[in-house]
Amino acid sequence: MLNFLARRLLIAAMTCVMISILTFVIIRLPPGDFVDAYIANLAASGSTVTAEQATALRREYGLDRSVFVQYGLWISRVVRGDFGISMMWRRPVTEVIGDRLWLTMVVSFSALFLTWMIALPIGIYSAVRQYSIGDYAATLLGFIGLAIPNFLLALILMYAGFRYFGLAIGGLFSAEYAEAPWSWARAWDLAKHVPLPACVLALAGTAQLIRIMRANLLDELRKPYVVTARAKGISERRLLLKYPVRAALNPFASAVAYLFPYLVSGSIVVSLVLGLPTVGPLLLQALVAQDMYLAGSIVLLLGLLTVIGTLVSDLLLMWIEPRIRLEGRG
Amino acid sequence: MAEQPAQSAPCLLSVRDLVVDFRLDQGTIRAVENISLDLFAGRVLGVVGESGCGKSITARAILGIIDRPGRIVSGRVLLDPGTTRQLDLATLSNDSRELRSVRGGRIGLIFQEPMTALSNHYTVGNQIMEAVRAHKPKMTKPEARAKAVTLLGEVGIPNPDGRIDAYPFQLSGGLRQRVGIAMALAGDPDILIADEPTTALDVTTQAQILLLLRHLQRDKKIALMLITHDMGVIAQMADEVAVMYLGRVVEKAPVEHLFAAPRHPYTRALLRSVPNIHAKPRERLASIGGAVPHPARRPSGCSFHPRCPEVIAGRCAETEPAPVPAGADGAACFHAELTP
Ligand SMILES: Nc1ncnc2c1ncn2[C@@H]1O[C@H](COP(=O)(O)OP(=O)(O)O)[C@@H](O)[C@H]1O
Ligand SMILES: [Mg+2]
Repeated sequence: MLNFLARRLLIAAMTCVMISILTFVIIRLPPGDFVDAYIANLAASGSTVTAEQATALRREYGLDRSVFVQYGLWISRVVRGDFGISMMWRRPVTEVIGDRLWLTMVVSFSALFLTWMIALPIGIYSAVRQYSIGDYAATLLGFIGLAIPNFLLALILMYAGFRYFGLAIGGLFSAEYAEAPWSWARAWDLAKHVPLPACVLALAGTAQLIRIMRANLLDELRKPYVVTARAKGISERRLLLKYPVRAALNPFASAVAYLFPYLVSGSIVVSLVLGLPTVGPLLLQALVAQDMYLAGSIVLLLGLLTVIGTLVSDLLLMWIEPRIRLEGRG
Repeated sequence: MAEQPAQSAPCLLSVRDLVVDFRLDQGTIRAVENISLDLFAGRVLGVVGESGCGKSITARAILGIIDRPGRIVSGRVLLDPGTTRQLDLATLSNDSRELRSVRGGRIGLIFQEPMTALSNHYTVGNQIMEAVRAHKPKMTKPEARAKAVTLLGEVGIPNPDGRIDAYPFQLSGGLRQRVGIAMALAGDPDILIADEPTTALDVTTQAQILLLLRHLQRDKKIALMLITHDMGVIAQMADEVAVMYLGRVVEKAPVEHLFAAPRHPYTRALLRSVPNIHAKPRERLASIGGAVPHPARRPSGCSFHPRCPEVIAGRCAETEPAPVPAGADGAACFHAELTP
């Protein structure tokens, strides 16, 4: 077991280094360096930078040194929590991402929670009552859910929510709270805005999850250990939950790896349509504006979250799969 | 056709005219057709036949655990027939409390695949204790655990105190099958159904498991229904034998009679295919050509006639021989009718 853990940790560390190198490459990708872009940016807004100031800036950021030294300087600043300056916002990257990061997580967690609450029971029902009317209905709805693009669903729900339920649409805050400091009223305002985007984000994932759960469980239901459990005389409901459903849930532990970055980035398109101040649209804006410190930092963040997610899913698997825990196979 | 000799042992289970269908989109498959069997306390009924002839489905039908789309169409499964407690299991719904208390309580099932028949997510102890407590809800956890340890010892697992916390994947096939037997015994059943309990095991382990089953069955006066496709196992274990072909019983006889004077050509073919009891079990009969036809394409007349070396021209293909009567010995063959 320790062997298994050590191997996973080593792989995770190596992946982190690779991601940081990749991020550094991305940051340096646009022609010219950061100072050129900075000067151009300032010039666009009317201020100028003297040649001496430019040289000083270059020296400060180590841009006059070799690529390797530059990487070393950059990574040592990153490790200390300094991700550089966002040109677009003229503020440190940490500040720009900070607030949005956890707003995104609120929306994504709500969506995820909804997805699982809806999809898992329906998936179980569909498998246990395969080819029943309920199963066909779930299948039909599932395919419709898969076929409709998310942003279209977002638009439809926004319209319906506004037209028939008088729901607030767009954004995560009403205008009066958007820039206000935190208060109970602002939190309540947020709570009123979360359900709609959470539903939109959840519905797409739900259709897919129902299909996956149904297929997994159908596989498990055919296995001999289910017959063994039935032959013991325990009730069908208890037996289902204890044996096949538990086994069918295993693949979901692996899916955690992909959920982590998704939790932070959210769905970019849906966030844009709904006007959500989350990290996804921020990444898009940063890329369009070639705000490379911001873009690079987000990419780095998503990469690291993937690594952490993978590690967490390995630990989860180890916890729920005795075979991995005891034999270290994975 | 001789009537069943008067039994001193009570009959614990009578299956009468059991019919099981699978309703598929392509049509209905009759997997089991008019099967009648009797299980007596302290005796072993061997059920033998090639794979696909409906042995497992019969066993599952008795317990009411056939997978969809299979279902019992007609017939009776009588527990304690002829007594005041007589109960027709076929009339109970599959998840009913009554049928569940019989499952594992009166009738234990020993399965074929020791590698996949236990869940790898729970310890052996957890799975046995669940079976124990399913039939004795008042039993506390420590009591159930003690009982599980006793059971593991009874089925010959060394160091049961330690092994109870092992996961199935940590045990060999032979040990797992012993765990399976312990689990089947958890509710103190007086009827055991063993569905090819040794097919997946190597020859040495196979002999040990059969010996264990023999001892347990004799000590506890259990009525054992032993399903196999191996005549060697039948010779070693059975008191009475039912030979099945394509969902029907084609011959029924006490084991000595069956081996001394087999009456159905299919039985003779089965006997020829196993030269000695240590031969490897075979899925197909080498001595007769062809394989079992699919139940959906049952041949006309006697269903065995296309493969029968003794087929009577103009008769076997057209008319069906009389079935073996319920509760009696005999063979469903025109040859047997001619020479009783
Ligand atoms: N799930 C199923 N769907 C359709 N047909 C089945 C199913 N299970 C069994 N059958 C039919 O029942 C017949 C008997 O199966 P079974 O009792 O498992 O044979 P065996 O004698 O080898 O145990 C098979 O030949 C098959 O045609
Ligand atoms: Mg079978």
